[in-house]
Amino acid sequence: MTLTYLKDVVTLSFSPSKCIGCGLCTMVCPHGVFAMKEKEVQIVNRDACMECGACALNCPAKAIEVDAGVGCAAAIITGWITGGEPSCDCAGPQKKSRCC
Amino acid sequence: MSESNCCAETPACCWYTAAKEVQTVSTTLTTSDMLGAWKVRWGFGRMEYMVEPGLYAIGSPDGNAPVLVSANYKLTFDVLRQSLSGMDCWLLILDTDGVNVWCAAGKGTFGTEELVSRMTQTGLAEVVTHRQLILPQLGAPGIASHEVAKRTGFNVIFGPVRARDIKGFITAGYQATREMRMVEFTFWDRLVLVPMEFVPAMQITMPILGALLLSNQFAARPFDKVDITAYTGAVVTGSVLTPLLLPYIPGKAFSLKGWLLGLGWVVSLLTLSRRFAKGNLLRSAGQVLLFPALSAYLAMNFTGSSTYTSPSGVKKEMERSLPLICTASILGGIMLLVSHLFGRSKKQ
Repeated sequence: MTLTYLKDVVTLSFSPSKCIGCGLCTMVCPHGVFAMKEKEVQIVNRDACMECGACALNCPAKAIEVDAGVGCAAAIITGWITGGEPSCDCAGPQKKSRCC
Repeated sequence: MSESNCCAETPACCWYTAAKEVQTVSTTLTTSDMLGAWKVRWGFGRMEYMVEPGLYAIGSPDGNAPVLVSANYKLTFDVLRQSLSGMDCWLLILDTDGVNVWCAAGKGTFGTEELVSRMTQTGLAEVVTHRQLILPQLGAPGIASHEVAKRTGFNVIFGPVRARDIKGFITAGYQATREMRMVEFTFWDRLVLVPMEFVPAMQITMPILGALLLSNQFAARPFDKVDITAYTGAVVTGSVLTPLLLPYIPGKAFSLKGWLLGLGWVVSLLTLSRRFAKGNLLRSAGQVLLFPALSAYLAMNFTGSSTYTSPSGVKKEMERSLPLICTASILGGIMLLVSHLFGRSKKQ
């Protein structure tokens, strides 16, 4: 059974004009968001994106942009409280984290 | 973990004269490895479960043997070496502070910088004659392969997601099937994560339960077995049942799933215990408001352990559900306390 999360929320954007067709994004994406169609990359399952950032970091042509981060409620709450970025280090950067 | 100082008994690393000691590691786990894995799954010593970063040998690798890169979380290290039985290869273990590959890549500790400096430190370029690294696919959020190539001359190949597919990946000529590239979230995946949801939730629940039972001393209407069961059941529903039954509960948002299951639990229990009768209504209404909201909150925390939620999605879910969870909890809590402290007991 495939689990899917909320629709139309992710910040993923792809510029086909910059794409050089190396296909690395189709390899690093753990959710099959990209696919090669006749030597061109296309987004085929946008809502499956979890914004991990693997594709954008590994795109040599910088054709992909995504606001990457951790999809973790506790991390986001910690970010709100401390006023910083949501971080996996639940206990703060100094202490050892309990999650992940 | 290690067999011994390898140079004493295996010739494998002795030909390698870069003078840095390379340990040969076994591909079978000992009882203490398995006990260690069980302990960290329950949260004992979880943040200190690590191996020394550096270069390790599996079997008798030579200069042509493949190099696999991984993290220094011992659970990761053990799963990896176990999946490499019968192979001759090198393991380059990065310092991720004892965190698994995927989470460490997200934080950037399993990153380009650490990889490049660990390669220099271990003298990898002198150990192997080829110029190729196999990285776990889930390391990709932290490692820019083209950067590594530019800085070290090594070509990065992203291997499969799961260690158990590595052999198949290598025998297929470094080709991964679509399945090997996809992250799943099976019942088993969720089951092994549940203790780390349940244990912290109970660490908060137990003192609260203790305080409530103490407050029974001066309550007009003490909490009884049904109340205690409703509460602990809601905690179990949110932290254990919702994660386990995740694909089978309606809705997409974790909090909604948790709330639905929590509501089902509380309403069933109170109905079976005849708590919707006159005289019990204030307390029961309070419980129907408070406990499913608690399950919803605990379920929402499981987003952090899931393999498919995006931060944008979690933010949206929280913006919608947190105000509802808070309102329901405060209202329900007040109703429960009023009934507890000032309610008339039917039995007196």
